[in-house]
Amino acid sequence: MSGIPHDHYEPKSNGEKWLHRRLPIVGLLSDTLLIPTPKNLNWMWIWGIVLTFCLALQIITGIVLAMHYTPHVDNAFASVEHIMRNVNGGHMLRYMHQNGASLFFIAVYAHIFRGLYYGSYKAPREVTWIIGMLIYLLMMGTAFMGYVLPWGQMSFWGATVITGLFGAIPFVGESLQTLLLGGPAVDNATLNRFFSLHYLFPFIIAGLVIVHIWAFHTTGNNNPTGVEVRRGSKEEAQKDTLPFWPYFVIKDLFALAVILAVFFAVVGFMPNYLGHPDNYIEANPLATPAHIVPEWYFLPFYAILRAFTSDVWVVIIAETLTGGIIDAKFFGVLAMFGSIAIMALAPWLDTSSVRSGRYRPMFKWWFWLLVVDFFVLMWLGAMPAEEPYATFSLIASAYWFAYFLVILPLLGVIEKPLPQPATIEEDFNAHYPSKADGGSASVKPAE
Amino acid sequence: MNMIKRLTVSAALILGLGTSGAMAAGAYDTHIEDFDFSFEGPFGSYDVNQLQRGLQIYTEICSACHGLKFVPIRTLSDEGGPQLPEEQVIEYAKQFEVFDPEIDDFREAVPTDHFPESGLENAPDLSLMAKKRAGFHGPYGLGINQFVKGIGGPEYIASLLTGYTGEEKEQAGVTFYENTAFPGGWIAMAPPLYGEDVEFADGHENDLHHLSADLSAFLMWTAEPKMMARKQAGFAGVIFLTLLSVLLYLTNKRLWASVKNKE
Repeated sequence: MSGIPHDHYEPKSNGEKWLHRRLPIVGLLSDTLLIPTPKNLNWMWIWGIVLTFCLALQIITGIVLAMHYTPHVDNAFASVEHIMRNVNGGHMLRYMHQNGASLFFIAVYAHIFRGLYYGSYKAPREVTWIIGMLIYLLMMGTAFMGYVLPWGQMSFWGATVITGLFGAIPFVGESLQTLLLGGPAVDNATLNRFFSLHYLFPFIIAGLVIVHIWAFHTTGNNNPTGVEVRRGSKEEAQKDTLPFWPYFVIKDLFALAVILAVFFAVVGFMPNYLGHPDNYIEANPLATPAHIVPEWYFLPFYAILRAFTSDVWVVIIAETLTGGIIDAKFFGVLAMFGSIAIMALAPWLDTSSVRSGRYRPMFKWWFWLLVVDFFVLMWLGAMPAEEPYATFSLIASAYWFAYFLVILPLLGVIEKPLPQPATIEEDFNAHYPSKADGGSASVKPAE
Repeated sequence: MNMIKRLTVSAALILGLGTSGAMAAGAYDTHIEDFDFSFEGPFGSYDVNQLQRGLQIYTEICSACHGLKFVPIRTLSDEGGPQLPEEQVIEYAKQFEVFDPEIDDFREAVPTDHFPESGLENAPDLSLMAKKRAGFHGPYGLGINQFVKGIGGPEYIASLLTGYTGEEKEQAGVTFYENTAFPGGWIAMAPPLYGEDVEFADGHENDLHHLSADLSAFLMWTAEPKMMARKQAGFAGVIFLTLLSVLLYLTNKRLWASVKNKE
């Protein structure tokens, strides 16, 4: 699949030849597994495996949970307690599924920010990036609907708030909201369609993951230098790369095992730390919780949603210009979805010809500020909608948009990049000097 | 213990869990005492005697108004719970009347039935009380207190039971009692325990503080009956994965050695 020259699978035995003529599946798997991979990949390139594992974990635990769960407003909450108390190993299945969602999002955020730092989104990997963003969107939808299924207070009121966002869309909003809910309010119809879609989406994600992998196997992996693998000849390419199996499979599995040890500690010893206590209260349409807070992984975007209140000047301008079609509520919705859409546009907003942030002295600072901004937004999303948090939210949201809309385009023009290594081999050798060179181990490339 | 604690601390730092929704709420000016429960921490386990005392307190006092509708009575004899002998559970069940839709009438409960629902309309079910309340919050919505002390459900219950000041007020015909642990400071439930409300067969201390702690421990068990099994699975998982990590680390090191040193 890859454009990097390498040895392809050749069927040897008669049986292999027979199959290969009819279905070259062994060749496909072999070429996928042995794909030449830049040998200088660092530890931020392990999240793909973690994410693949998370998807499998969620699907497997989810299928078993669905065997014992009842998607009905009268029985959903009790059926979850049934899983926790009566199903063999049910409490572990549920806690793994519940915390698995958190691990999934930790990994996806690490994966996305890695892509943003090393310029993995830039040509020719824009399609990989866009598909990744689609996967992320579907993940958010899946997680949101999954959170509704236990039918606790936060499930119910979270569903009410989030589906209400669609109601803010002018003209079609109300019908759209009714379609989502299956009625005028969150009720049994909502629970049933969310259950159905929560079961469906992961399989769409799995399909997109295959396309995601296909896309970056076509372009080849990015790497910490952002310098492309040499493709002139097989020999040249072999100096820059190593086959994925066994070098990166073993490396990734090691990282996965370490992460899973931590994950198991959380599941075993503090499984409810990341949840909200209110979700152990059965849903009650007549009692609104004091604070409706989404799960931690939605908080940054929840903060952006709430930041744009009707007294903010951009909102006032938008409302005046559109004759009230874009009001504060709809503006917030646009801002929230816009903050994700704008990430998807990063390949065209970033004007720098240098891919990796390692060789971009100014970019580095702005990037790390974006990371800090993300965590600040996460914190603000959990705080009540009052001063001083409202002002902070507005500033932090403004930076999020400014990073993509102003800073990325400008930096490409004004920044003077540092010299990049000519080849991946050069970077790798600087990191791991050969014994023949006298072992000058202190030579390290800028990280 | 210390190592595990450090391990979990670094674990959470890696996970970057600063701002869970769980710690978001709560600008209440309430006082929650950090009770020392035997089941805290990765090595903590339920004290069977304490769970049995808690069951007795629940049965003699709380069950007058509050139910435990999600808890099957048979689980009283489960491993990791109060571990009553099965004959005793059969006897115990007989005191409850449950509605049986098959005979369309009330009958004596058997162990396979659940505890009854709350008898009083405004009395919340207690099955999950220890998980649906958070005793600890913050600081500043960062979730650090919950990470160090736990979420604090049983601490909240115990603090509530010991938190009555003795002040009362009447509002719209309802009497409210001042309580230092209850959000808002005024609760409709009259003080359920005063101390020495229950006599234990083994003569265990029955002052208010002890009774509150025993009952809270029991309610932690009703909310999380599989905690012991869960911690065991957690240990097995962590130990297995740590070993696997070491082996994979060594494999990886050896695999890459030739590439990195180019001999």
